[in-house]
Amino acid sequence: MKVAKNFKTLMQKREVTLIILIVILTAVVTFRAPGFIKINNISRILNDTSILMIVAIGQFFVILTGGIDLSVGSIIAFSGMAASMMNQYNPALPVVLVLLAGIVIGAVLGAINGVLVTFGKVPPIITTLGTMSIYRGFTFVLSRGQWVTAHEMSENYMNIPHGHFIGISNLIWSAVIVVVLTYYFSKYTRSGREVYAIGGNKTAAHFVGVSKPKVDMIIFSLSGLLCGLAGVMWTARYAAAVNETAAGFELQTVAACVLGGVSVAGGSGGIPGVVLGALFLGIINNALPVVNLSPFFQMFIQGVVVLLAMFVNTLMGKRQEKSVLKRRCS
Amino acid sequence: MGVTTHNNNSLVETSRFINETGLKERFGKLIIQWEVILVLMFLFEIILFSNISPYFLDYFNLMNATFTFMEKAILALPMIFVIMSGDIDISVAAIIALCSFSMGYAAAAGVGAAGLVVTGLAVGTAAGAFNGFFITRFGMPAIAVTLASSSLFRGVSQAVLEDQAYTKYPDAFAYFGQGYVGDSVIPFELLLFVILATVMGYILHKTTYGRKLYAIGNSESAARFSGVRVNRIRMMNFMLNGLFAGISAVLLTSRIGSTRPNIALGFELEAITLVVLGGVSISGGKGNIFGVVLAVFFIGYLKFGMGLMMLSAKVMIITTGLLLIIAVLLPGVLDTIKGRRKLARQQME
Amino acid sequence: MSDTVLKLENITKFFPGIKALDGIHLNIRPGEVHALIGENGAGKSTLVKILTGVYFPTSGKISYKGEDVSFKTAIEAQEAGITAIHQEASMFPELSVTENIYMGHHLKGGKIGALSWRQMKKQTASLLNRMELDINPDTLVKNLGVAQRHMVEIAKALSIDADVVIMDEPTSALTLREVEDLYKIVRQLKAEGKAIIFISHKFDEIFEICDYFTVLRDGKYIGEGRVADHNIDEIVTMMVGRSLDQMYPKSDVEKGDEILKLDNLSSDGVFKNISFNLCRGEILGFFGLVGAGRTEVMRAIFGIDKITSGDLTLRGKRFRPHSAKDAMRQQIAYVPEDRQSQGVILEMSIAKNITLPQIDDLSTFGFLHSKKEKEISVEYGSMMEIKAASWNVDADTLSGGNQQKVVLAKWLSTKPEILILDEPTKGIDVATKAAVHKFVSDLASKGLAVIMVSSELPEILGMSDRVIVMHEGEITAEYSRDEADSDRIIRAATGHAWAEGS
Repeated sequence: MKVAKNFKTLMQKREVTLIILIVILTAVVTFRAPGFIKINNISRILNDTSILMIVAIGQFFVILTGGIDLSVGSIIAFSGMAASMMNQYNPALPVVLVLLAGIVIGAVLGAINGVLVTFGKVPPIITTLGTMSIYRGFTFVLSRGQWVTAHEMSENYMNIPHGHFIGISNLIWSAVIVVVLTYYFSKYTRSGREVYAIGGNKTAAHFVGVSKPKVDMIIFSLSGLLCGLAGVMWTARYAAAVNETAAGFELQTVAACVLGGVSVAGGSGGIPGVVLGALFLGIINNALPVVNLSPFFQMFIQGVVVLLAMFVNTLMGKRQEKSVLKRRCS
Repeated sequence: MGVTTHNNNSLVETSRFINETGLKERFGKLIIQWEVILVLMFLFEIILFSNISPYFLDYFNLMNATFTFMEKAILALPMIFVIMSGDIDISVAAIIALCSFSMGYAAAAGVGAAGLVVTGLAVGTAAGAFNGFFITRFGMPAIAVTLASSSLFRGVSQAVLEDQAYTKYPDAFAYFGQGYVGDSVIPFELLLFVILATVMGYILHKTTYGRKLYAIGNSESAARFSGVRVNRIRMMNFMLNGLFAGISAVLLTSRIGSTRPNIALGFELEAITLVVLGGVSISGGKGNIFGVVLAVFFIGYLKFGMGLMMLSAKVMIITTGLLLIIAVLLPGVLDTIKGRRKLARQQME
Repeated sequence: MSDTVLKLENITKFFPGIKALDGIHLNIRPGEVHALIGENGAGKSTLVKILTGVYFPTSGKISYKGEDVSFKTAIEAQEAGITAIHQEASMFPELSVTENIYMGHHLKGGKIGALSWRQMKKQTASLLNRMELDINPDTLVKNLGVAQRHMVEIAKALSIDADVVIMDEPTSALTLREVEDLYKIVRQLKAEGKAIIFISHKFDEIFEICDYFTVLRDGKYIGEGRVADHNIDEIVTMMVGRSLDQMYPKSDVEKGDEILKLDNLSSDGVFKNISFNLCRGEILGFFGLVGAGRTEVMRAIFGIDKITSGDLTLRGKRFRPHSAKDAMRQQIAYVPEDRQSQGVILEMSIAKNITLPQIDDLSTFGFLHSKKEKEISVEYGSMMEIKAASWNVDADTLSGGNQQKVVLAKWLSTKPEILILDEPTKGIDVATKAAVHKFVSDLASKGLAVIMVSSELPEILGMSDRVIVMHEGEITAEYSRDEADSDRIIRAATGHAWAEGS
């Protein structure tokens, strides 16, 4: 009983730690630049973070099974480019359809990863390392190396993320919806729990009839689908579809997961942690200019943050293991 | 031995069964020998391109073309070790960026060509040791560590260089990436690769280090229980990977004569593709140097040929990605029969 | 005799190249506890996997409740009412007890079919209550002890309203009290008219709880009968296929001088105050339940696991190994418990496997001497009578028994003075088993000091000069060959040694 309680507090600790860190970080930055917590800036941070959150959640499910999806940036670029070009060439097409098309394209690209992993037996790292460059290459092929810029996009398209509903942008709303739905999926559906099962113990999962191919197909398609959504949001928000869109984004999504306490070895972690992890990263990125660091530092800092977070996760995992052994013996 | 007749029978039965599969297996291995497939593909490629373009089968052209892929080929050599022992390193391209940045920094401070080479190799080895430290000391997964460190390494050069570049290098430095051996048409890069490949091949196939690599790749714990110092070897692998990234950085920087933060972008993909296409099993424990050397020239000349056909760089990137996946996909398909048998045995026990 | 609920006729299972099961018959009746008896590797676990839909039989007929069935997945078998407590750790350490019990058949509730955690928790609590277990349904399994995990595993099987419950060596990690609890559960299930398949190779259990038995050996059906109509010797003979003398050819040896001594060796949270000595020419048996800490002690002696306090004395000198290499330099060899993952390297040739521990000595400046290597592998491989086409075939083409011989050859070639064997005959066929025992006995008579960790009581009793018993990380008893008997050893292993004051 005590064990359970101890652990529960520990488990909550990661989320609590993150919240505390976020508060401290915000306080420090605000102290230097009082404008940091103005409504405008907060809404900018949330908007900036929403896309990361959406994609990180897809990444989370893949990592949960012990895999990794390195192709997220390229899927975002391809589906974003495809959606933008649809809009560019058919400005009359309802943007809802364009949005849907972007999502579907993302899901299909994700499903291709899934097929390679499940039926091709190609490990996730290799699959997504390969498709990362394949999808990126096809983005160039599709765009013939050209950009889609603001004046080639319709007003409606650019309004997909910018539009408001009770004072909150559609982009934030979409992140909220994704968070709620995926949380429900991960907690209250059999398939969601099966993702945990596969990541936790493949053999045991097999014994209770959990199908690894099915789970792999679901998570890679889901990751792709969320990237598709993110692709449309990204191009519309920044009013540009370029070939390099979201290059290197995979690291940020992994970072959000690792920060959120997701074990890179698979089997443990939760949506709330990932959301907070993404938020934390978003605040750091936004705080850089405030503390007079050029945006060029972003990459460096992200590397440090991920390494640190992983380090902490590993040490905590080790300590727990030890204490269990101790209990068993005394 | 005090065994009854009945048991002697069953022993005989067992040994007969082993004889049969032993034969079948060796026969099967001959047919689907990966290197044979590579050689055939290579020949096919040469025939194809020499029919398409008259410039392909030209001694001078073939030699000069190696300039475009030797830096990646050198990265692939220690990557064999890393993948062989069941790890992966996706930070090599970023290590090149870090090395190149360090050399640029040193050059700006007036360091000469020899000093730059030392700088590059030292920084590379240190960066590899950095990865190895986290991976072996704390048991953190290699993918995650090298993903993070790659952003760290490239991040350093990006943070300092921003959108600028180092472009001033001593004249003598140009030889490594642009020079030829004596008066011949053999690029120095090519010669260096051949030497390094020979050395690494020797280590892999003729030394205890190589044997231990195979052992670790097939079963890390069995290797450990046999007295192999697993972590020491993995650490060495990552340091070698760093050192070779340093070598590659020297060649690349010398060849293009400048350093930008985005230098060598995507090289890790190429290096891993070469290794995997060369027949090294991504799950570790299987592969040899010849396959990888074959893969180096196969992919190198594939791209050269495609270049002659005026295909864009992006098509080549797609091709690399496809080759990587196919390289893993294909042996898997060919191995299915063999693999199934093994899997069944593992499940049974 | 009541109707048969589950009937297996002529079941055969081939894995490409291996005949795992060959013509198995089994008749399972409701309200009866049916013992499935056989040594490790006899095919019991494969049979269980066939019954639970994990494997599909190559040929043969399964009829269940009068109908021919073929379960394609574990779920199908479960839904039909066949459930199993698996031998392997089939738990999800990162998930809660509730979830471990309901994985694969989560309960749904409400209109939209969301998983109903409240309901699952409630039922888990009442299930655990019924089994008189003091475990919180919310606890993560990784925070449970070995025995508790096993009880959860049992609870998991019972959470399904099954007609046939298969228990695969359910007591291997349980203490005496927990075994009693388990018996209670088994009797309760029996009274409810369920059929129980009880897999074990412990005879006290079989005679205590089982009504009927079927014996398998080397994948073949040997015989069946009512437990009450047979005595232990008859069943042992069926199971082993030969008399005990042939199985355990232990020769009497004069003890040599002391070679290894442990004084209060401890490793934080794993084992503590381990003291014993070992003499040349002696076979020292180590018995205990799964998780008693025997393997950990051996790994510490071999330099793989850390020692936190206490002393090791080797040939009169203090010894503190920091790696396997240190131990190997002192002529200690360790044949690990898990042959497949720790013993042999499956995708390496027999020859390379044999020489792996000493390749550093077979090289100059790191370059291997292939001739010397070959000589050594042929010498020791032939000594162990390994059956294979050539020394260059990969170890994964060998049978379990021959793989174990490769591991033994590998360690004997290092010319050890102390040989530690951890479950040396686990999962190998009867003939090889006898051969391994013969080798070990011969080596000991030539002056080798042997420590043999085993969970098979007959093996411990048949082979040891002295037996040390461990329970929860401590030594609870030590018996000479004459003092040792199964009753005493079991009591000591389950923590009841104090009862007789030893």
